[in-house]
Amino acid sequence: MASATAWLLKRSSPLLLRTSLLSQAFPTIRNKRCVSSLIDLPETHSLLRKTCRDFAENELTPIAGQLDKEHRFPKEQVKKLGELGLMCVDVPESEGGTGLDYLAYAIAIEEISRGCASTGCIMSVNNSLYLSPILKYGTREQKDKFLKPFLNGDQVGCFALSEPGNGSDAGAASTTAHLESDKWILNGTKAWITNGYESSAAVVCATTDRKLKNKGISAFLVPKPTDGLSLGKKEDKLGIRATSTCYLIFEDCSIPKEYLLGDEGMGFKIAMQTLDAGRIGIAAQGLGIAQASLDCAVDYATKRQSFGSPIAKLQSIQMKIADMEVRLESARLLTWKAAMLKDAGRSYTKEAAMAKLAASETATFNAHSAIQILGGMGYVTDMPAERHYRDARITEIYEGTSEIQRIVIATNVFKESGHSF
Amino acid sequence: MSGLRILVGCKRVIDYAVKIRVKPDKTGVVTDGVKHSMNPFDEIAVEEAVRMKEKKIVSEIVAVSCGPTQCQEVLRTALAMGADRAIHVEVDAATYENLQPLHVAKIIAKIAQEEKVDIVVTGKQAIDDDANQTGQMVAALLNWPQATFASKIEKTDGELKVEREIDGGLETIKVKLPAVFTSDLRLNEPRYATLPNIMKAKKKPLVKKTPTDFGVDVTARQTILKVEEPAVRQAGSKLASAEELVTKLREAGLIPS
Repeated sequence: MASATAWLLKRSSPLLLRTSLLSQAFPTIRNKRCVSSLIDLPETHSLLRKTCRDFAENELTPIAGQLDKEHRFPKEQVKKLGELGLMCVDVPESEGGTGLDYLAYAIAIEEISRGCASTGCIMSVNNSLYLSPILKYGTREQKDKFLKPFLNGDQVGCFALSEPGNGSDAGAASTTAHLESDKWILNGTKAWITNGYESSAAVVCATTDRKLKNKGISAFLVPKPTDGLSLGKKEDKLGIRATSTCYLIFEDCSIPKEYLLGDEGMGFKIAMQTLDAGRIGIAAQGLGIAQASLDCAVDYATKRQSFGSPIAKLQSIQMKIADMEVRLESARLLTWKAAMLKDAGRSYTKEAAMAKLAASETATFNAHSAIQILGGMGYVTDMPAERHYRDARITEIYEGTSEIQRIVIATNVFKESGHSF
Repeated sequence: MSGLRILVGCKRVIDYAVKIRVKPDKTGVVTDGVKHSMNPFDEIAVEEAVRMKEKKIVSEIVAVSCGPTQCQEVLRTALAMGADRAIHVEVDAATYENLQPLHVAKIIAKIAQEEKVDIVVTGKQAIDDDANQTGQMVAALLNWPQATFASKIEKTDGELKVEREIDGGLETIKVKLPAVFTSDLRLNEPRYATLPNIMKAKKKPLVKKTPTDFGVDVTARQTILKVEEPAVRQAGSKLASAEELVTKLREAGLIPS
């Protein structure tokens, strides 16, 4: 809503703000309408989309470049997201959450990520990876301690499954947990943990019985800080630099017996279910990055003159824009379908994998094409295209690599045709 | 003096960020499939009403919008921002093209009387017609005092102290209740509709009425002859000196020779 104010101020004042030559030639692309046409969403979802879009355009887009340069966690913005109810979108009202469905969640993540992919990531980790398993499997006491304080943006959580020795091979978790009287003792290292630095608690998967392989993994709630838990160095990443990513190192880290989440041996199942839902969130993040890239490219193409006309008139540009739009809309429909299946209580594993696969590959495709359309301007930090390119890349890797998604999809396709391998 | 009731007028207009295009037949602008939202000045008015409710100056906020069915989106936004009830005065699309501030003012005045409100607030003008008339007309119809272009409002006993933006600067006036005020840009910065409030808005009442319910005749009082794009701005020219400027002005007959 402040963007309307800014526009009104400009309209009523004859003074032009002093800007650099470059910015005058290509004014900031924020506050421009999203080019994709909107399907008629239910009213609540439309209102939600508007709130998220306005918030992203006013609070995130203007600082996203700066957050990226400084590798700075957007603490203030996360708190504001919390105040809007966006850090606990599908937590029921009875638990103090916002009580919306997964379609609403997907829409929210997309709009927020369109403003700042890092913020979208932080939001998605808290919602899908942290709150979700606690909501589903937590006891009353666990919810009071680990859910309630994490709803309003004051505190964020994280999710620890991957290890230095295994990412895709999640069943080979080498972090161990054994029971000593009334305490669980955790030993091992977790890798690539988003929100590692800022989080106040973690959902950690550790092996409690090696002999049972997958079924010997259990999930634990670990408050941070805790004796015996230390953090590795903050990873220096290519993209989503406003998030912190680091190792969680457990050295005889003891937590109360009551912090076991679900039953012993349920950890793998909890992780897989959590990731299923998380994939919809990451798909939505990919959509946001892809949309931002497309908007950037369209705006530039209509203004940049070459050979006497805007480059938007050139077929080679039009081909790229068309491909970007088709992939984006296809990925969005897949994402919304996966979300709606989840909301309807139906099986959605395959669709979520399809959505994540499509959206992440679309994010990289769109960001790549956007740089190509912007030419030299796409390579410099004056325009956001290069940041979208760097932010997009991780979406094909985390929460299940594209290769894993393909395996999940193929396995389900064969299962549907009556064959299991 | 708690328990004041406030009526807020909200208009659904083409979104401020949209590039306006004139219809090929020059009868108006393209509105089909174009993004619409609440008039930004009305958003500021709703925000002010909600803040007054939070300060316990106001106990109930009623939002009203006149127009076709889509106006309900704007009313839902008002409810999501904190209004308690909404009234949609339905006017079909064809009639809406020629709906004028006077029609709307008559409807709002009637509602203000029926609802027994103490304050009527609207945006100072709508960004589509820039009329800047509705608020003033409502005050005249009700014979209430008006404080237009408000940039600050305080309540003092049975009155409102309002700071107004005028050409010369800022003017502070005292206005007895009941009164009408129109919001100017710097009155406040509207809040985002939070998700919990969007959910609550679904349960808030929204009633549909027609202009006839209020005894207002919305027959067109004028016809639009033509709508055109503004003329393309011609390039200027750089002059070397003041003398050259004077010569050019004389040649153009703009100053006596």
